[in-house]
Amino acid sequence: MSDTIIVSSSPHAKTSGDVSKIMWVVCFSLLPTAVASAVIFGIQSLIVIGTSVLTCVITELVSQLVFKRKVTISDGSAVVTGILLAFTLPPTAPVWVVIIGAVVAIFLVKQLFGGLGYNIFNPALAARAFLLASFPVIMTTWIKPVSQFMSFDAVTSASFLNIIKEGATAAGQNAAAGTLPAGFSYLDMLFGIIPGSLGETCKITLLAGGFLLLLFRIIDFRVPLAYIATVALSSWIFGRDPIASVLSGGLILGAFFMATDMVTSPITKTGKVVFGIGCGLLVVVIRFIGGFPEGVCYSILLMNCMTPLIDKFTKPRVFGKKLFQAKQGANTVQKTS
Amino acid sequence: MTRFLHVHCQLTGYDIFNKVAAMFSTKTFRGGIHPPGKKEATKEKWIVVLPMPQKVVIPLQQHTGKRCDPTVAVGDTVTAGQEIGAASGFISAPVHASISGKVTAIEELPHPVLGNGVLSIVIENVEGASSAEQWEADPSWEKLSPKELKEKIQKAGIVGMGGAAFPTHVKLSPPEGTNIDAVVLNGAECEPYLTTDYRIMIEKADEVLTGLSIILKVLGCKTAFIAIEKNKPTAISLLQERLLRLRATLFPADDFRIEVLPLKVKYPQGAEKQLIKAVVNTEVPSGGLPFNVGIIVQNVGTAFAIYEAVVKNKPLIERVVTVSGEGIEQPQNFLVRLGTPFSRVIEAAGGMKRVDTPHKILMGGPMMGLAQYNMEVPVVKGTSGILVLPDQKKKAQRACIKCGKCVDHCPMMLLPSRIADFAERDDFVSCREFSVTDCCECGVCTFLCPSGRPIVHLVKYAKMHLLKNK
Repeated sequence: MSDTIIVSSSPHAKTSGDVSKIMWVVCFSLLPTAVASAVIFGIQSLIVIGTSVLTCVITELVSQLVFKRKVTISDGSAVVTGILLAFTLPPTAPVWVVIIGAVVAIFLVKQLFGGLGYNIFNPALAARAFLLASFPVIMTTWIKPVSQFMSFDAVTSASFLNIIKEGATAAGQNAAAGTLPAGFSYLDMLFGIIPGSLGETCKITLLAGGFLLLLFRIIDFRVPLAYIATVALSSWIFGRDPIASVLSGGLILGAFFMATDMVTSPITKTGKVVFGIGCGLLVVVIRFIGGFPEGVCYSILLMNCMTPLIDKFTKPRVFGKKLFQAKQGANTVQKTS
Repeated sequence: MTRFLHVHCQLTGYDIFNKVAAMFSTKTFRGGIHPPGKKEATKEKWIVVLPMPQKVVIPLQQHTGKRCDPTVAVGDTVTAGQEIGAASGFISAPVHASISGKVTAIEELPHPVLGNGVLSIVIENVEGASSAEQWEADPSWEKLSPKELKEKIQKAGIVGMGGAAFPTHVKLSPPEGTNIDAVVLNGAECEPYLTTDYRIMIEKADEVLTGLSIILKVLGCKTAFIAIEKNKPTAISLLQERLLRLRATLFPADDFRIEVLPLKVKYPQGAEKQLIKAVVNTEVPSGGLPFNVGIIVQNVGTAFAIYEAVVKNKPLIERVVTVSGEGIEQPQNFLVRLGTPFSRVIEAAGGMKRVDTPHKILMGGPMMGLAQYNMEVPVVKGTSGILVLPDQKKKAQRACIKCGKCVDHCPMMLLPSRIADFAERDDFVSCREFSVTDCCECGVCTFLCPSGRPIVHLVKYAKMHLLKNK
């Protein structure tokens, strides 16, 4: 033995799991969807993803150098943000829009707040909201999936949820019936052969990735379950098709990969359920009553604001303390001991 | 014959129902983790008596409570078992000479728990000092009253042998009017590496059961649970078998209810409050002690020490120590005289391996043990193990990402990440609001933390400040 003796506080054993491991597993779980997006929307989606990831990593590096922080680009968190941001963009998004979005996500939403662990909003979603407000036309120009038509020409189309919404308005009814527009089946929705954001359409690969995260215990089942169940249930109450509601838009992507973002969601188990239910209700309200066709992005961002409050009110009951008589109990104990 | 029938009937009825029930429902608590057990290295190794050391250092404080006052002076000749430090109050325990020899110094020396500068008595074996020790079983103890038994335990300087080292006679003196419903004998030994309690249960089963009967007699209690984690099936079946054999002699009255209770394997199963939750499904109130819910917990090692003190009139001068860890050449279980320097015990285990890597020397297990910086610190009453571990690759320390692992697994149901945040900002008021004082420092949060944050360290820091400013 060498003469070097290490003295530190207990415990002296630790798991090997660390933040970068978590982030790289998340990246890996997003890979199948990235491949699927390339198959569905063509090679341009890979350009969007690549640009987004690269810009995110460079922005992280530059801002950490500027702020004189420890450079942590190898932890993979910027890569995750990059992929997720790309997934929320239309496949036709021009490169400069992607770059602006990535800079906003990393610099404005993440690093200005103090870096990983300190951000209030999910960076990818906040950046998407920023882009939607700044470039509404670009952000809502959708193309029909190439594979379905065996054509590489970009054909513009309304998004799936737009079709539903506009169809309903045109018919002058409450869209009680016919939530599944003609020409699309559940299977199309499941495999993602529908117009929509780059990474949100292929539910099969998203679910596989989500399952992987559950398996590695990186995400808690409570958030996606509460989120999706709330959307399904309230759609049914609203008289919509619950299956179509769940499979349309970015719900699966949001529920498994964005609402579960550790930093911006509650830390307690009860809090996670509350968070999921809140997201679900907001999605339904925005989709069916509000002006936008899609509400996943805003629902999660709004609930992100609520996270500290949820955490405050869902503090677990400390072992040996009664829920409402904490002080009284402590006094009796002091007397006896 | 009737006795036999009675025992037999009980086994076929109630006990079998219990056994079947235990198979389906495993007793445990909420939260906790499954760290690698690593007990294989010493699990099957019989306790070896360490050769008598030439020199021992006996600190005057080896327990929780007030320090002892020395009763000998430099130059005095002492014999093994002689009291050399007298208890200075009720919450205190005397210390005894662990070898025969001459007192060569009384000075402040390093201590494995309390750091530098604890008044200690140094005894050196000199030529001609009587070394014959006679500790014979003395059957007259059975006629002693509970009060006399407790006095004997107090005089022997017995403290909790699981590591906390709280004086046992204090634990056996619940306040007037407190009703003790059951005694829980703690054989969980949930810390990785350590096999001290396991070996005592295997090799000294009868003595442990006798110790338990003494504890019951002192408390006037008739119910006891011997709680053992399920990963020690040999100990469970052995104690069950010995219990059946000795029942008639040790627990003669019909209304005794003594049970061996298998527990789920989970850390920290052996922590007092978690153990009580698992065994009788009751929560000890925050800030309270087990007797508040009518339970007394004693370690199996303590039961063995009580047996030796009461039956053999032998004070606490030696204890079983597991010497293990990847840095030890030949891991072993030793019976060590108190006051023996760590270096000597490690030497007896073949010394340390791997010459060029930095390492940690721990007293206790890897989860709650204390890192030592001096190899010459003595084995004290609370030393359940000496571990030498090679340095684990250091995890990069980052900001909390609020993954919630610490919250999900905290056995006290605290919010460790928040407490650590507050402690980092010296916001001790908020720490107290988030119940930092309820933390048992089991280390589950820090074990799991993917950001490598020293949560337990920060908790200790906050507790220290709260104590200071009280």
